[in-house]
Amino acid sequence: MDYFCGIDIGASAAKLVVIDRSGRSLAKATRRSGVDYAQAAEGCLEEALAAAGLAPHEIAGSLSTGYGRDNVPWAGGKMTEIACHGKGAYFHFRRKMTIIDIGAQDSKVIHLDAEGRRTSFQMNRKCAAGTGAFLEEIAYRLDLPLAALNGLAERSTKEIALGSFCTVFAATEILGKIRAGEKIEDIVKGALRSVVKRILEMDTVDGPLVLTGGVVAHNPILAALVAGSFGQEVLVPPEPQHVGALGAALFALEKAEKGR
Amino acid sequence: MSSSTERKDFDATRKMRAVMGKYFTELCQGPAEGKKTAWCTSVGPAELLRALGFNVYFPENHGAMLGATRMATDLIPLANARGFSPDICSYLTSDVGSYLKGESPIQKMNLPGPPKADVLVYNTNQCRDVKDWFQFYGREWKVPCLGIHTPRAIGEMDGALVDYVAGQIEALVEPLEQIAGTKLDRGRLKQVVGLSRQCTLLWKGVLETAAHVPSPITFFDGTIQMGPAVVLRGHSDAVDYYNLLLTELNQRVAQGIGAVEGEKLRVYWEGMPIWGKLKDLSTQMLQLGIGVVASTYCNSWIFEALDPADPFRSMARAYSSIFICRSEDWKERYIAEMVARFRVDGIVYHDAKTCPNNSNNRYGMPQRLQEKLGKPYLVVNGDLNDLRLYSEEQTRTKIEAFAEQLAQG
Repeated sequence: MDYFCGIDIGASAAKLVVIDRSGRSLAKATRRSGVDYAQAAEGCLEEALAAAGLAPHEIAGSLSTGYGRDNVPWAGGKMTEIACHGKGAYFHFRRKMTIIDIGAQDSKVIHLDAEGRRTSFQMNRKCAAGTGAFLEEIAYRLDLPLAALNGLAERSTKEIALGSFCTVFAATEILGKIRAGEKIEDIVKGALRSVVKRILEMDTVDGPLVLTGGVVAHNPILAALVAGSFGQEVLVPPEPQHVGALGAALFALEKAEKGR
Repeated sequence: MSSSTERKDFDATRKMRAVMGKYFTELCQGPAEGKKTAWCTSVGPAELLRALGFNVYFPENHGAMLGATRMATDLIPLANARGFSPDICSYLTSDVGSYLKGESPIQKMNLPGPPKADVLVYNTNQCRDVKDWFQFYGREWKVPCLGIHTPRAIGEMDGALVDYVAGQIEALVEPLEQIAGTKLDRGRLKQVVGLSRQCTLLWKGVLETAAHVPSPITFFDGTIQMGPAVVLRGHSDAVDYYNLLLTELNQRVAQGIGAVEGEKLRVYWEGMPIWGKLKDLSTQMLQLGIGVVASTYCNSWIFEALDPADPFRSMARAYSSIFICRSEDWKERYIAEMVARFRVDGIVYHDAKTCPNNSNNRYGMPQRLQEKLGKPYLVVNGDLNDLRLYSEEQTRTKIEAFAEQLAQG
């Protein structure tokens, strides 16, 4: 049996998924993209192959995506992360949808029609607002590990609004909240809500919202915040951080099927 | 993927370099030879200034050179420090920075740099920034700064509007005659307007060859080839050059030679060029098989209304007809016509941070036109000159994703 592999080298993390011909995910791997994307890709591949019990020659096709898509020597093709997140999300939810992908450096709003064809997309402008980088900065300012944000926000009992577009100004605003004696968990939830607000400004939404990306994977509370802000049904696929890599693997499979 | 990522240059380009070199040489030598220099905005009354014997210099062309040579990003902060915000026109700030530092791309031609103005003449048909820009130099050199104030968001052109603008152009004659030290020769003005019209029609002919599939020319070629239309309208050198270029383009069309090898997709570029990234963008488009076949920007040097029989009113009509000073409805109709005529698959809007007047994505036009025309769009965030406002990676991904989307059919 043939297997297919998709690798998504993002600004922060490299994600890899191995699938079979039915699209079923057999193994995945994640590691920091670091400064050597080829090495990160190689490491992910070795780890996933070992987990799936596969030999390299059993991978019949592969495709890369993400910022480092040009730096994967063994990839048999490349597509943008916009295409791959669309492909991966549609695999899970076969309907018209708006995908919101929140990554480390950028956020995307992708519209698919009922057949899974992309009708339009938007990316955040040249600004970290609404991305994982914003949350990293806030965690740093609050002297918290990034992984602690979701748990803290879950305990929040009060709405605190951060008004600034700018990450630096938002961090300054937070200093003001600390001085005012606001609780850390409420400030953290305000920061997460700020991410949602920035995305709300990017584009209109149509159909159910599908959330993908590492930020949602690590902060599941975002699903509730997005649902509240947009007033729409929110769907989160399994392994949201790996949806782009899954889409890449599905494209590799599709390419192989076409070539048959 | 296309087989070639090299832009195919034109044989005529060598001639263009000579024409542009002659223009800059004469411009820089002018003051020593007793010729007066008039600075003029790109859609200012160049014909009138030329007819009065001025050497005509276009600072916006210099701004584009500062962008294309990537000198701008280092020069802009100098103007910022003098009170010109980083949020205003980066042609203005890079040009003022160039003046303050005494560095110009013109010096790379072994010429001293832009000549000082004896008079500065603006037209606000483009924006208010050109007036602020010229007034800086007016104060700096204590020379007159004169201008035309054109209404904006013009829908249908009417006689009253033409009279209003024509009256302002005629009012410039007397002060300009005093500075020039000569009386306006009305016959000469008609001749210059006639040459300008010839140039415009030839330039339009050049751009319209792109309606052929495959297109023999791209927007990126156009930004280079437009030089004579920008700085030498009203001069026979521009007419001669575009006759030559048009002949070469017609040959390409006859032979089926496309500017983009294996042209797969055709795109309209709305907005300013990103001057410092033209080569990268051109290469990426070639790699993706995308022909950027038409643009608002290159079309903005088509002044069909010029009429030597009625110089002042026709100049007024021509200068006030340009895209940038028209109403939103007019702009949408214009782009819709271009999309149909050039058989365009999608539209790229450049949101230039420091040029709101040339950023037509900001009031919902892309969404309206997509609904009306069924053509996808992409917004690229950047700037004409300030590369600090441009994200290389994000733009690359956006364009690639747009190509994927267009390829869906």
